[in-house]
Order: sequence, then C-alpha cells, then structure tokens
Amino acid sequence: MSRDPAIGYRRPMRSWWRRDRFFVRYMLRELTALAVLVYAIVLAVGVVRLSQGEAAFDGWLQALRSPLSLLLHVVLLLSMVVHAHSWFEIMPKTMPLIFVGGRRLAARTIQRTGWAATVVVTVVVFALALWARA
Amino acid sequence: MTEPRTVDLEVLRYRPERDSEPVWQRYTVPYNHDMSVLQALQHVKDELDGTLSYRWSCRMAICGSCGMMIGGKPKLACETFVRDLLPGPIRIEALAHFPIERDLVVNAEGFIRKLERIKPYLIPKEPRTLAQGEYLQTPLELERIEQFSSCINCMLCYAACPQFGLNPEFTGPAAIALLHRYNDDSRDGGRAQRMEVLNAEEGVWSCTAVAYCSEVCPKHVDPANAVNQNKVNSAKDYFLRFLSPKGATR
Repeated sequence: MSRDPAIGYRRPMRSWWRRDRFFVRYMLRELTALAVLVYAIVLAVGVVRLSQGEAAFDGWLQALRSPLSLLLHVVLLLSMVVHAHSWFEIMPKTMPLIFVGGRRLAARTIQRTGWAATVVVTVVVFALALWARA
Repeated sequence: MTEPRTVDLEVLRYRPERDSEPVWQRYTVPYNHDMSVLQALQHVKDELDGTLSYRWSCRMAICGSCGMMIGGKPKLACETFVRDLLPGPIRIEALAHFPIERDLVVNAEGFIRKLERIKPYLIPKEPRTLAQGEYLQTPLELERIEQFSSCINCMLCYAACPQFGLNPEFTGPAAIALLHRYNDDSRDGGRAQRMEVLNAEEGVWSCTAVAYCSEVCPKHVDPANAVNQNKVNSAKDYFLRFLSPKGATR
C-alpha cells in the first residue's frame, strides 16, 4: 500500500490467506497443528496425575469420560487426520530425491509409505492397549 | 460463420504519473477458441488502448516474461486460454507480491539481485584446461539437478509465496531452486560460498512449506522441494561445524 516512484506500488498483504483456496488449506494445516499440541497437553496432564497417586490418576481417567472430553477428542481426532493428510501431501517436497535402481521414487509412493506407517503404528498401539487391558 | 463472440477483461491499471493507486479498467475484446490471454491483451493494445503496458516476448512459455495474475492465480498469459476462463470477466493483475511499476509490469529488481547473490554458475571443483576436455557427469548425476535447471525466471513462484509477500527480502523459491541446481551439481565446488545465502534467515528458514510455488511453476521445477531439501542441508551445516573445525561445507 505504499507508493515509491523508485520501487513502484506495493499492494497490501492484508488477509492474504483468503485470496486462494490453496492458502486456506495451508492455514488449515497450520491450525490443526494446535490439535496436536492440545492432545499432547492432555497426555502430559495424565502423566502428572499418575505421579500424584492412584486417586489423582483415576480422577483424570474419569474426566476423560465426560461428554465434553469425548466431544473434544472427536474434534482432536478429526483435526489430526486432516493434519496427517496435509503433511503426507507435502512430504515428498521435504525430502531429498530418492533413486531406487536408477529411477526416481514417485511422490505418490512416498505418501503411501507415510500412510502405511501410520496404519501399522495405529494397529500396534491398539493391540498394545487391548493386551494391557486383558 | 457465427458472429465473433466477446469477453470482458478487467485489467488492474497503474500509471504512476496519474494514479495514486491502481484502478480496474474494463475492456471488451472478441475472442476465438485458440486465443490466449496474451493475445487478448495484444488486441487491447493494438485496437483499444495503446497505453496499456505489459511484458511479453516468446508467446510459447519459454521466455518467462508474461507472468501475471489471471483470475487471481499466477500464470503465463501466453499459455492461458480465454476459452478456459469463460464467461468472464477475466481479471488480470500484475504478479502478486511485487511492486507494480506500471499496469501489468512489476519491478523485478529485487529478484535480479537475488539471482546474482546465489552465484548461478559452475564454480569448478578442479579447474580444467580446454585441452583436458569437458567436465563429465553421469545420467544419474544429471537427473539430480535437471528439473531444478528448467527455471525460466518467470517469477510465478514468488507471486505464489505469501512469505515473500510478507518479507520481500526472502531469497525465495526460484533463486533457491537455482542455487540448489548448482550446489547439487557433481561438477561444482562452490557450495561453501552459497551456504551463507541458504543459512541466513532470509534463506531457507523464511519458508513455511506452503508449497504453492511448486503448484504454479509452469516448468515443473518443484522449487518447494529445493528449498525444503536445503533446510536439512542448512541444519547439517550448522551442527557439523561442532564436529569439524572448518565447518561442514569446507
């Protein structure tokens, strides 16, 4: 929004992220990072409560079962799926070029490997949780 | 033959001697199926308003001159067709994030300075005489850098980069992609000199991986990949200096 005859007319950047759908999606990726933070805080509180004894930990477990907490967790889960998707989408751009047998590894292969690792880790975590309960 | 159909263009004009800020101006031009946006602008300049300023040269997406915002997206006017933007009006504006010099012409001075700064030429590892022959490279070594050497300096990636819009000092996608093209060249020995540009805050660390630059690139250079690969290189360069007194790149 400035006018300098030597440089030219600078247009303002105000609300730049609404100018293109691509930017809106980028902001969504950045916003959903907050869900990861919130979930990390929830877990960290759990660890602190665990160190304070059984009653404190049971109180934390009880709080997790409240309707408000369940709603929060649904929102967090959805946000984290969106976040994971957006990161796997740009993962090939953040890595060095990989050559296998003289051929460049396709972006799609890298993205699918990311998702496959996610599925494997999720299954392992669920299996461990079920095994711990039994 | 049917009557020639027409489409409206809305062009952001800026004439520093009379406009205090840019203003939209509407032109109605006839079009046919194979007409590019550049040809539509040429019709305006030839037939309707000779004062309209824009850059162009080759008309075939290789000179990189006619980059502009068409319908809000950074595009080359020569390879964007009117038929894909119907019914219009087609909004045409100078490349985003650059200062407007006049109408659709932006000030590219900053970009040229960045290009100079990255030393975009081979700095041979071992100088060879003509008699010793050329610097050889395997096909795989070529493939590592080939896509990054396809840049035509059209600056569409800068118009797609909000971080450049917010901080014009950011070295930005095209310049870093070209820097990477030389740094990763098996014949080059200039890496240490170029790492200073990458390591600076205006180097790779101003990038937040929006990655729209790669999306709009007409030559599939994938500058976002070049920038983000070099975040790793820059981090290595920083930490390895603790292991090697001379630093990682020397």
